[in-house]
Amino acid sequence: MTFRPALWVLAATAALAAAGPASAVTFRYAFQGDVKSLDPYTLKETFAIAAQGNAYEGLTTRDKNLKIVPLLAESWEVVEPTRWRFHLRHGVKFHDGSDFTADDVVFSANRVRAAGSDFASNLPKDAEVVKVDDHTVDFKLTTPNPILHYQFDNWYIMSKKWAEAHDALNPTPASATTPSYAALHENGTGPYVIESHQPGVKTVFKRAPNYWGKVESNLDEAVFTTIGNDSTRVAALLSGEVDWVDPVPLQDQSRVAASGNAVMMTGPELRTIFLGMDQTRDELLESNVKGKNPFKDVRVRQAFMLAIDENVIRTRVMRSQATPSALMIAPEMFDLAGDFKRPPADPDKAKKLLAEAGYPDGFEVGMDCPNDRYVNDGDICQAVVSMLARVGVTVKLNAQPKAKYFAKVLKAGGYSTSFYLLGWTPSTNDSHNVLFEIMGCRTDPKTSRGGMNLGGYCDPKLDALTDEVLVETDAAKRSKLIEAAYRIGIDDAGYIPLHQQALAWGVSKKVKLTQRPDNQLKLIWVSKQP
Amino acid sequence: MLAFILRRVGQSVAVLVTVGLIAFAIFRFAGDPVNQIVSQDTPYEQRVEIRRDLGLDDPFVVQFARYMSRAVTGDFGISYGFRQPVSDLLKERMPATLELAFAATVFALTFGILMGVVSALRRGTALAALLQAVSLVGVSLPTFLIGILLIFLFSVTLGWLPSFGRGDTVRLGWWSTGFLTASGLRALVLPAITLGLFQMTLIMRLVRAEMLEVMRTDYIRFARARGIPTRAIHFSHALKNTLVPVITIAGLQLGAVIAFSIITETVFQWPGMGLLFVQAVQNVDIPIMAAYLMLVAAIFVLINLAVDILYTVVDPRLSLSGGQAT
Repeated sequence: MTFRPALWVLAATAALAAAGPASAVTFRYAFQGDVKSLDPYTLKETFAIAAQGNAYEGLTTRDKNLKIVPLLAESWEVVEPTRWRFHLRHGVKFHDGSDFTADDVVFSANRVRAAGSDFASNLPKDAEVVKVDDHTVDFKLTTPNPILHYQFDNWYIMSKKWAEAHDALNPTPASATTPSYAALHENGTGPYVIESHQPGVKTVFKRAPNYWGKVESNLDEAVFTTIGNDSTRVAALLSGEVDWVDPVPLQDQSRVAASGNAVMMTGPELRTIFLGMDQTRDELLESNVKGKNPFKDVRVRQAFMLAIDENVIRTRVMRSQATPSALMIAPEMFDLAGDFKRPPADPDKAKKLLAEAGYPDGFEVGMDCPNDRYVNDGDICQAVVSMLARVGVTVKLNAQPKAKYFAKVLKAGGYSTSFYLLGWTPSTNDSHNVLFEIMGCRTDPKTSRGGMNLGGYCDPKLDALTDEVLVETDAAKRSKLIEAAYRIGIDDAGYIPLHQQALAWGVSKKVKLTQRPDNQLKLIWVSKQP
Repeated sequence: MLAFILRRVGQSVAVLVTVGLIAFAIFRFAGDPVNQIVSQDTPYEQRVEIRRDLGLDDPFVVQFARYMSRAVTGDFGISYGFRQPVSDLLKERMPATLELAFAATVFALTFGILMGVVSALRRGTALAALLQAVSLVGVSLPTFLIGILLIFLFSVTLGWLPSFGRGDTVRLGWWSTGFLTASGLRALVLPAITLGLFQMTLIMRLVRAEMLEVMRTDYIRFARARGIPTRAIHFSHALKNTLVPVITIAGLQLGAVIAFSIITETVFQWPGMGLLFVQAVQNVDIPIMAAYLMLVAAIFVLINLAVDILYTVVDPRLSLSGGQAT
């Protein structure tokens, strides 16, 4: 008997391993999730937005420090508080060769607000978009809106002619019965064209030959692959098969940093992780306290805040890859955030407050937590459980996958939670979104205010300030209003902010790139040693 | 024979319907698909509307009936997440899974039979003991661990083979093959070993046991007495008679290889159907989950049918009583 097949395999392996490298500069990168659709209005998901943003462009964009700068619009002015005028860039062409004009902006404004779009909130739904001439567009508003253009960077402009030619006039809704052309094909104005897109597998970007702008990147090509498994993703980076991976699990970060061919980039992320409490029901769904709701008492909420030691969570659970938060918004997005400090943990005072509120021996409460949504989310909740146990509160933790968790705690599930962990990044990069969605009362069924306020925290004084914030056009005054609103939230102990988790990019040493706190990787800022 | 096949086909349809019914009954416990298709900013009213449009409010029997009535016409629906027909997605992913399953089976059969024969004929030697030890590793280590160990050794430490993906593929009509490119073949090595290791062990142990059995029978002894060369006795007489159970197992395991390639595909980010399914479960993409489960059921049913028919070819005695036996 011989082992010839084995030898053959070994020989073939060795021969194949010696195959030569490619000549063009190719950047390979891997993320845990997919870019499901190329249609830029289908799903508002950070990674997809960033990937599509290499091929598509908005009227504005955000620079390396998240500052709003012109892109397809060269400039804009607020003609009157309810009318904004945008001057469009000349000489820009879509990848199919057609010219970019005001018609495309008007078309995109309608398409982005059509049924099936997940980006409808990027533009006020009652705003009227009017073509003035081929390169001027007016946005007529019903109320003043100082942050009208805050989400224009993620509202990508599509070609009207192209969409008409390919029956892609509307974004494809999830319940569609016909496939969508725009989901598999791209026609933007951006610095890269998408050469091929296999959903959930691989997306190949090539430098757009006639791009209107300057690009600091030296990449000829970029290949994006999904790698769902944590270990495989890290292995792919360490073996040099990919140049960038996200995320690197906390336990592997020191290994990546010590490997010699890659580094960790761990700047703070914009998302705030926090705890919320049911403050609406007269009796909690999951508790041994009957006939009343302990969370309606501000002393109980303050006690919870004081019982939880964020420093321990940061050092033990997050391996120091987190920034403790005093606010419900990341400091990068609020200029007065420096005035707020997170109070240190004080279990003794927490116990005293609980006793004053009538719970000297604590009480029992159920807690909901996702375990595959945020960095170490399940472990954070475990830590919270043991910290609350120190002050006598028994927490029954229900940590489950996000698909189950969100089905239970969101409005569709009847807000069925007593105590929960959630993360939030305002898509506008602005406080109004937090004050409205998370901290606003959900008592008025006529508005969508408080839609993500799962515990129903409510203070009408805060809502009144939020409404002022919406229309205040003076930046300094606006910041003061926001500050006052956050102060109310803190005095009420309506929420318990925990931390901003750190980004976890593993980057090859051959690559130079810019990390933005919103976790968007932009190819124009990536360069690689040839 | 025809009646036998017809009866089997009838049973197969019943199996498929049952699988579909069970699948739909458990989807409601998988979580909320709507939250996975919209962003955090989507207002409640819109979420409710999407739910209704997708028919998720209907009782599961209604959802199942609607799905089946479309499925018989070949329409498996549109994926919630990808907004592409599920049949297209599966067709796109199928070559990857089948090629991996094929490579793993070839690996398992080649090395399994080889090692089985060697360890039976060289019983008691150090080599046989070594092979037995290897087989113990094969049965006892979980697939994902084997995969990660192989990646660690051959990709990260030695840098010989890729740790993920399929390499470059060549399109032959709608079929994309990795067999024709160097990077495609390299990418195949580790996943095929990972996926085939358990089968290899199984086949090796089976061949070894059968071979030991057969070597004790009278006709082998007579063949020896007639002076037939040892090689011919071992390989054309003894081995041939061990192959019926090996074909059964290999055949039945082929279904398992395809269905359970899920884990190997996840570890190696192999862009096959199993990976698509795992991602679909995380996102509660019901059309993909349903179609995949039905497909896997169909594969199992077909393989069992094929194995039954193959039996009668390999061992004519079975076809004589085939009318009654099931």
